[in-house]
Amino acid sequence: MMRRTIPMLILASAGLLLIVAKFSPFTVSWQETVLGWFNILAAVAFVLGAGNLLAVNLEQISSRRPGWAYAAITLFAFAVTLVVGMFKVGAVPNGMHPDIHLAGAHDVPQAPFGWIYDYMLVPLTSTMFAMLAFYVASAAFRAFRAKNIEAILLLGTAFIILLSQTAAGMFLTGWIPEDSVFSFLRLDVMKRGITEHIQTAGMRAITIGIALGVAATSLRLIFGIDKSYLSKT
Amino acid sequence: MSDGSQAANQGGARPAKRPNTFLWIALAVFGIVGLSLNAFMRPEGMAKRLSVVTTVERVLVEEAPAALAPEGSQPAEAAAAPTATAKRKWVDPDDAGLAAGTLRRVEGVDPISWETRESIKPSEAELLAGEIKPGGPVRIEPSPIDSLGIWVAALLTLFILSFVYRDNPFYKVAESILIGVSAAYWMVVGFWSTIVPQLLGSLAPEVVRAYAMPSLPVSSTPGLDAALAFVPLLLGFMLLWRLAPKGGWISVWPIAFVIGTTAGIRLVGAIEADLMRQLVAAMKPLVVFENGVGAAGEAVRMFDFWGTVGSVVGVVGVLSVLTYFFFSVDHKGAVGKTARVGIWFLMISFGSAFGLTVMGRITLLLQRFEFLFTDWLNI
Repeated sequence: MMRRTIPMLILASAGLLLIVAKFSPFTVSWQETVLGWFNILAAVAFVLGAGNLLAVNLEQISSRRPGWAYAAITLFAFAVTLVVGMFKVGAVPNGMHPDIHLAGAHDVPQAPFGWIYDYMLVPLTSTMFAMLAFYVASAAFRAFRAKNIEAILLLGTAFIILLSQTAAGMFLTGWIPEDSVFSFLRLDVMKRGITEHIQTAGMRAITIGIALGVAATSLRLIFGIDKSYLSKT
Repeated sequence: MSDGSQAANQGGARPAKRPNTFLWIALAVFGIVGLSLNAFMRPEGMAKRLSVVTTVERVLVEEAPAALAPEGSQPAEAAAAPTATAKRKWVDPDDAGLAAGTLRRVEGVDPISWETRESIKPSEAELLAGEIKPGGPVRIEPSPIDSLGIWVAALLTLFILSFVYRDNPFYKVAESILIGVSAAYWMVVGFWSTIVPQLLGSLAPEVVRAYAMPSLPVSSTPGLDAALAFVPLLLGFMLLWRLAPKGGWISVWPIAFVIGTTAGIRLVGAIEADLMRQLVAAMKPLVVFENGVGAAGEAVRMFDFWGTVGSVVGVVGVLSVLTYFFFSVDHKGAVGKTARVGIWFLMISFGSAFGLTVMGRITLLLQRFEFLFTDWLNI
């Protein structure tokens, strides 16, 4: 009862309420309330994640496992950011209420929390994403082999798209007049045709498939057919 | 695993190839000398930042008795009225209300002043210099904290990029910092943007208004809001129970709530925003005409060849890919051929998405290099 039936009832009630709320103006406020609860739980989930991070790293430090020093750095960075952000250390006072410290702005570049965001988090995350350029290119070099027509289409399209966005693309085909019969041979025109017509069609079909899949999965969950989320209880 | 690698793991094989120590020392010395020359010998220097500092002052005021007095009352009566009823607020000392006499300063409360800083590059400072009056509330001064920030950002960028060579301690340090900072950052954002205004603001609105968010909206049903806020409070505690060694099933209740809410939102959203809109967008005329001007200047409708090709390709693409996704029927005969065309469309779509993704990442990489060369090295 407590472990299976009630969670299933909670899930079904929340899901059905949000579906009904879409079609009934009388339940719009219920929808707002439930979504507010959802947002609060999502914020609490960050606390859960932080607790898990602490547990894993403290265990690594206490047992002196290899790499424990990196765990200590993680915890130090975590603690400093948390204290600075939670207590709004060095926050810029609020112009309307300068006497209330916690009403100040802590996410501006001048404040330590904003400084950490601007000079640590942004460079780290953007460089981490930028690194993917190397790995995507490296993986493509290893994996792409023009061994059948599907692979040739994929490889050829990627080549056209990449080339069309570089100066080389303009150098190679930019001399073809835009209003001529052969303008479709220009790489920028080819790229536009591929992205606007073929890629749009493919992605549209994928989106329709995903939508049907999401709808089916949601209904399976709401009506209690899919109970996989209960498996670890 | 090959025999060679097994032997290597057992410790009997030749040691791993070590990097050339001399080469790395030479590279480090060259780098340090180069950075030092760049930082101290060039007049432009490195990572130089200035701040536009603005002094802000606020004084506590209340409405002047004359402004508070009801119509027809004598000024003397109004002046005698208790000032506690007057609305107090913090304003600029040059506020028009103070000059006009509708506001008056609250006695015994000191003004509060602070400085706001905006980081700028030296080149921007030259442009601003003419607009700043000496002795005024705005001035430009060096900003060592921002210069330090540029150095920290540049070093962290280089630490991450060092992974291109191979895994190394510098990369691991940067990675550890990223994990710790991002976990705490999102926790702080969640706390100040959701927990305080929505949860604590419903449970104890007066306390939140007095100590953290004076602009928290006043609810018309505070009692109901407080009662309803106990639901996410309880669910939140149940979710945190997952960290406890026993009673893991307790956290399934909030998880069921989250899954149910997500299912409800996504069901409606997927059908409305994805399925219906995409179907509507796919239903276009196959033969396309465009408006033009005839030889005599009259409006004519002209056949648009490439527009028609685009529409046909779009419809054929959607139908063929959907046929490929339809696994309830064997992909044989006409269905199989259509599905194969669908695969071609998918391959072209994936190739295009791949190309655009790679270019997006390369753009990010160029931005990082631009930061290193312009903001940090100042070349």
